[in-house]
Amino acid sequence: MSDQRACQVEICPDGPALVRGADEVIDSSGRAHRTTRPVVAVCLCGRSQRAPWCDGTHKVVTAAAPPSSAVEARVG
Amino acid sequence: MQLPRPRGPVSERVFAEMVTPDPKAVALEPFARTHDVLADDDLQIALWALYELSFRGFEDVDADHEWSPGLLATRRVLEEAFEAALRDLTEDAVERASQEHGRTAEQVLAVIEDVDDPRLARYLQREATEEQYREFLVHRSIYHLKESDPHAWAIPRLDGGPKVALAELQYDEFGGGRPDRLHSTLFARALEGAGLDPSYGAYVDVVPALTLATNNAMSFFGLHRRLRGAIMGHLAAFESTSSLPCRRYSGGAARLGFDSRVNEYFDEHVEADAVHEQLAVRTICQQLVDQDPTLQRDVLLGASTCVRLDALASAQMLGAWHQGLSSLLGTPQEEVA
Repeated sequence: MSDQRACQVEICPDGPALVRGADEVIDSSGRAHRTTRPVVAVCLCGRSQRAPWCDGTHKVVTAAAPPSSAVEARVG
Repeated sequence: MQLPRPRGPVSERVFAEMVTPDPKAVALEPFARTHDVLADDDLQIALWALYELSFRGFEDVDADHEWSPGLLATRRVLEEAFEAALRDLTEDAVERASQEHGRTAEQVLAVIEDVDDPRLARYLQREATEEQYREFLVHRSIYHLKESDPHAWAIPRLDGGPKVALAELQYDEFGGGRPDRLHSTLFARALEGAGLDPSYGAYVDVVPALTLATNNAMSFFGLHRRLRGAIMGHLAAFESTSSLPCRRYSGGAARLGFDSRVNEYFDEHVEADAVHEQLAVRTICQQLVDQDPTLQRDVLLGASTCVRLDALASAQMLGAWHQGLSSLLGTPQEEVA
């Protein structure tokens, strides 16, 4: 992954955050999870059994809709 | 792969013509609307083989026959009957979703829910025997050994945001730059892990019409530019109904003590398809209809076809198992394993 590539986080309504260009995601306990996928879905509902990755569980739980927004950051 | 076994007069004739095209052949008579096209083994295997000419082909068919005018005319007659059957199958769901929801993404999610789910995933997770689980993999092998190929036909027919999102999704399906991560290769490894034949097309002769129909729907939508909305709607429904069932399939494989290669395939899809469903529903389908509102109903046709055909095929599979029978054709269970 190039240092010049923009890392983008896109919050999906009632769903996960799509993170493009990340090399690792650090979970709430401080543990780093490496990824080689160009895009990952990060759990926002807190119910995933494969955290920090989304596993679709948000669809079977009633969750308040998270705010819909997208932010961009630089990696490296 | 060799041509499959014909299953009746239509496929016998089509396969003979595939080997030796007959310029004087008379076109097939159109099928009556009352005909149960989706469950017709003869029609579905003929259509499947005609489509296969555009994927991997057959060793006993000249590659140039993909474009034989006679075969294309035959395919068209079969497709007209097939399209009418798919529209009949989905019409009410498409109509309801169109009336009750404004945005395409919501309409797609509505048609995905508008199905009588036979709960195949729950059965495989909790109750299926090893033999039944292997049969499930055999049914799925027809598609998963060419996973995402029919949806790739849409790439040159899209532009802008939907094209970029489809390419992003397909890059993942096609291994993310690593041949050993091609999803079709992961599935071949899962078949091997379950003691099954991983070669392409190995089980075409034993899957029933409905399993072929689920594949033919993808090829039909994918090969026709006019139906680019339908193939993307199909993709959205497929991806959106994958993560949760894949978790159950993986649980079933673990319960039955299958080799880890089976779990690996489904675990990969829990994570990958959580991404893909967002891309397919919100970016591809929504933006596609924003660009061209005339595609709205086709997107829903594709999405509803995906879930409703899958429900029919799953119900048939479960129905056979509940009677203590094999869900496969003409082959005793012990020969499949």
